[in-house]
Amino acid sequence: MRTSTRASGASPLMYVTLTLVVLLSIAPLYFMLVMASRANSEILSVPPPLLPGDQLAGNIERVFANEDVQFGRALLNTLLVASVATVAVVLTSALAGFAFAKLRFRGRHGLLVFVVATMMVPVQLGLIPLYMLMTEVGLAGGLASVTLPFLVSGFGVFFMRQYASQAIPDELIEAARVDGASTVRIFWSVVLPALRPAAAVLGLLTFMERWNDFLWPYISLDFNHPTVQVALSRLSGGYYTDQALVMAGTLMGTLPLVVVFILFGRQIVGGIMEGGVKS
Amino acid sequence: MARTRLARQQGAGLAFVAPFFVVFAVFGAFPLVYTAWVSLHDWSLLAGKQEFLGIANYRELLADAAFWRALVNTLGIFLLATIPQLILATVLAQILNTSLRGRTGWRMGVLVPNVTSVAAVGIIFGLIFARDYGIANWLLDIVGIDPINWRADRWAAWLAIATMVDWRWTGYNALILLAALQSVPSDLYEAARIDGASAWRQFWSITVPMLRPTLIFVTIIATIGGIQLFTEPLLFNSGANAIAGGNRGQFQTVAMYLVQQGFTGHRFGYASTIAWVLFVIIAVASAINLILLRRIRSAD
Repeated sequence: MRTSTRASGASPLMYVTLTLVVLLSIAPLYFMLVMASRANSEILSVPPPLLPGDQLAGNIERVFANEDVQFGRALLNTLLVASVATVAVVLTSALAGFAFAKLRFRGRHGLLVFVVATMMVPVQLGLIPLYMLMTEVGLAGGLASVTLPFLVSGFGVFFMRQYASQAIPDELIEAARVDGASTVRIFWSVVLPALRPAAAVLGLLTFMERWNDFLWPYISLDFNHPTVQVALSRLSGGYYTDQALVMAGTLMGTLPLVVVFILFGRQIVGGIMEGGVKS
Repeated sequence: MARTRLARQQGAGLAFVAPFFVVFAVFGAFPLVYTAWVSLHDWSLLAGKQEFLGIANYRELLADAAFWRALVNTLGIFLLATIPQLILATVLAQILNTSLRGRTGWRMGVLVPNVTSVAAVGIIFGLIFARDYGIANWLLDIVGIDPINWRADRWAAWLAIATMVDWRWTGYNALILLAALQSVPSDLYEAARIDGASAWRQFWSITVPMLRPTLIFVTIIATIGGIQLFTEPLLFNSGANAIAGGNRGQFQTVAMYLVQQGFTGHRFGYASTIAWVLFVIIAVASAINLILLRRIRSAD
């Protein structure tokens, strides 16, 4: 009784509560798996099925065979878009983060405040002129239109700046300078290796964000260039809804990130907690 | 020597931050600012810029019942989602801050929904909240409540959409609040315990005040996201005219109305007016939050 009032002690009640929260967190995904492995007739029955069935392979096959949705192409497109954006965000953020943390240049304080402010600006609302711009330069409809705007990230710059200021000792940079290394050289051979842990976390967060992006791709991409999320909206937006097909597609679109999460969950959790504290 | 080194840092510094600012200027800042210019015109998707209208679009918007309905929907869903979400996230953060066995596992567990894409959330919960065979109505039936037509009734639709938002974001916010909790010095709790303060008292007198800046930060982020809510209500409503948000627009958000006007109605000027008004609403809401933050900091 006494120990349960402690701020630092975990009581059985807390384990029970947490277990319930985690079950609620997983339940909709489990439900997706159940529905993805059933025939439509079973999905539309009451009570709804609570255990997975044996139709999973057949449903997935139908997802990939659907020509309106082009799911296989959508997966490749998303992989491409998310990968390019991830590499670019990590590189541009490392460059700017290092400069803000370690280089003395005029205007850096004001510029850093501006970077932080961009994190609070809903740039998504500029989508009408962005669409006009992409049309003007002939990129509307294609994958470049959903990649180019996301090559940089204010959060990324800030995140790398915070990490660089505590992870890279000034003496290390000074020593490299005394050896005659240029700033570019120092960045590649001293700074970038030291930033690797933060770069990995930022890369994971960026990849997931791009994989899941919806509004702008939904508006910009044409019929032949879907990303996974756009393909999902097409699957579910058809004239008649084939729920087994939709759920199998949703499962296929979610699975890659679930795998990433299982492999790197610790780093992702750490990244979100660090990003939040310092903002 | 020192002078050239400094000069070199000046050049390198600006060159290193340049990629961020150039890309942001072209694809972030310019479209947002240009939205204001487009909003002053009759500007169509197909025919391009027509005549200059001044504030006529804004006049029309203020008298547009569909816009007001969408705004009420957006704010209603936002409040219905955000208030329980912040309370739950605070409690969850408090629980996660105890000395748990398997710490990382629990943290990952509550973050799982955030890894799921918004589109997937909309689709999965769309099926959970189906009228005739959805699992939500089946569960209600077990406890003796009549089935709810989740899409037809305004409040029911808001509740279903708010549930999706909360499912995806509560754990994420709990982790951010947890990070803030961990920076609270433990001797504060130690001292309170020695003075005989109950767990409840400690929560209200130590935890909540120390969390307030982070809570406001989380609220700002939730506000920016909530006012632009789009994907969940769109995919909640399947079918060809999903963008309308129900047969009477009962769950059409402002962002959906914007896209409908711009890309279904081909009215770029009017859609830009909606975007700009939404931007101002977000800016005002964030400013209010920031002023509150200042007050609290100076009061401490």
